[in-house]
Amino acid sequence: MGWGRRLTILIPYLWLLAFFLAPFFIVLKISVSEPAIAQPPYLPHWDDLDAVWGHLSNIEFYNYEFLLSDALYVNSYLNSLRIALVSTLVTLLIGYPIAYGIARCGTAWRTVLLALVILPFWTSFLIRVYAWIGILQTEGLLNTALGAIGLIGEPITFYPSQFAVHLGIVYSYLPFMVLPLYATLEKLDPALLEASADLGARPATTFWRVTLPLSLPGILAGSFLVLIPAIGEFVIPELLGGSSTQMIGRTLWNEFFANRDWPVASAVAVVLLLVLVIPIVIFQRYARREGAA
Amino acid sequence: MTRGPSPLLRGLLGLGLVFLYAPIVILVIYSFNASRLVSVWGGWSTRWYGALLENSELLDAAWVSLIVAVTASTIATVMGTMAGFAMARVPRFTGRTLFSGMVLAPLVMPEVITGLSLLLAFIAVALDRGMVTIIIAHATFSMCYVAVVVQARLTNFDRAVEEAAADLGARPPTVFRRVTLPLILPGIVAGWLLSFTLSLDDLVIASFLSGPGSTTLPMKIFSSVRLGVSPEINAIATILIGLVATGMFVYALALRSATRRRP
Repeated sequence: MGWGRRLTILIPYLWLLAFFLAPFFIVLKISVSEPAIAQPPYLPHWDDLDAVWGHLSNIEFYNYEFLLSDALYVNSYLNSLRIALVSTLVTLLIGYPIAYGIARCGTAWRTVLLALVILPFWTSFLIRVYAWIGILQTEGLLNTALGAIGLIGEPITFYPSQFAVHLGIVYSYLPFMVLPLYATLEKLDPALLEASADLGARPATTFWRVTLPLSLPGILAGSFLVLIPAIGEFVIPELLGGSSTQMIGRTLWNEFFANRDWPVASAVAVVLLLVLVIPIVIFQRYARREGAA
Repeated sequence: MTRGPSPLLRGLLGLGLVFLYAPIVILVIYSFNASRLVSVWGGWSTRWYGALLENSELLDAAWVSLIVAVTASTIATVMGTMAGFAMARVPRFTGRTLFSGMVLAPLVMPEVITGLSLLLAFIAVALDRGMVTIIIAHATFSMCYVAVVVQARLTNFDRAVEEAAADLGARPPTVFRRVTLPLILPGIVAGWLLSFTLSLDDLVIASFLSGPGSTTLPMKIFSSVRLGVSPEINAIATILIGLVATGMFVYALALRSATRRRP
């Protein structure tokens, strides 16, 4: 192997080791240290290796016990999972017809429609979430419109609410669902649909028995791309959810910035990763099996 | 599948697009609202755009964001291209599994964890928080996106063209410069643009890693959004949306003429 090639591997390798893997081990380490040791503003500097090993030999699972014993944390995790799952399902229900519709258009339309779906993804996430506040707030457009057509007498509190958080997630992550769905639906062989119709199946039956099962890889990929970031989401619950909508990303943020409890924040981060590992492993297994088949 | 969508499907598709664009359009329209109140339409006006120019805090934050985004995405593009090469072209090296794991993991890592872990690491080595720490963080997660894009580009093209160049007597650096690089360039450019947008958009990681004097634009927007909707924020949002739309349009045009030129 030439030096050029060696450096091509080595430079990004070292960068990732230093700025991705090492920081993660520091989180692990702080999550098992006593609050008193790692109190802000600053940790003891790590110039003394013996001291580091000294800390490591005093591993305490105190912070994890604390997490499990306090309903706030357990509820945050469960809330995050529930909100993310429901939002993913709704995103799938809205995204599927969009992807299917695009896949059935002619080539010229497909390019335009796909670009239209992708474009919002390039505009600021923060701004797209913010845009909903003006619509949902009590004297906002939605209430004004509903009031004007006489559907409601009193304004409804859409914002801040858990409903708004779901809506925000669905809205922000819709392109992530549509793209993989489109990719599988586009590859679908029209001959299969014709065969099904020739054999006497009605369009609805063809959809349930042929199209839907064949698009399963896209459904799973899209759901994965929405579910994973939604679980750890911070901006959406912070901006659109009331103080009662606790999601784990928000809890971690508060633990760090408001309570300044670094060991507990680190423990929250480690448990969040463990929660995420389960869907990731399931998805990877599935993807590998699909790839092998 | 080119039978054309059924009317029902067409309707749902249209509704989906309305759902995607209505909030953005409403935001843009209300940035030209003369009234400070969101619920009251006070006629067309550009006064909030004028007010932006006098808001020096917001302009400073925009400047910080721009410097961070340009630097971070450039570093990310160089590192990411290298990493993409390593993954696509070097089948075997020590710690390859760990390497590809480290390239893919940041893509699914929640931002709060990335921010927290890097902050704790910088504190451990006593590096002061500021623009440098934000740049390092943005470069790290963006390089992974670049690596994936470049890797896809490298595995998708026909290696015979490289072999042909070598057979015709070109040395490896020449092959890279004259054949490989032009072929993967669209991927590299897309990677840079993606990194730039990701960096310009990031609130969470920057909040963990910023220090005094390094408040980024999203942080500034976030702190005023928390206080409610304001027409000034609508105005800056409209400018950002306009910039992105123009950038994407130019990129699409450039890509089109680039693919046309090549037979």
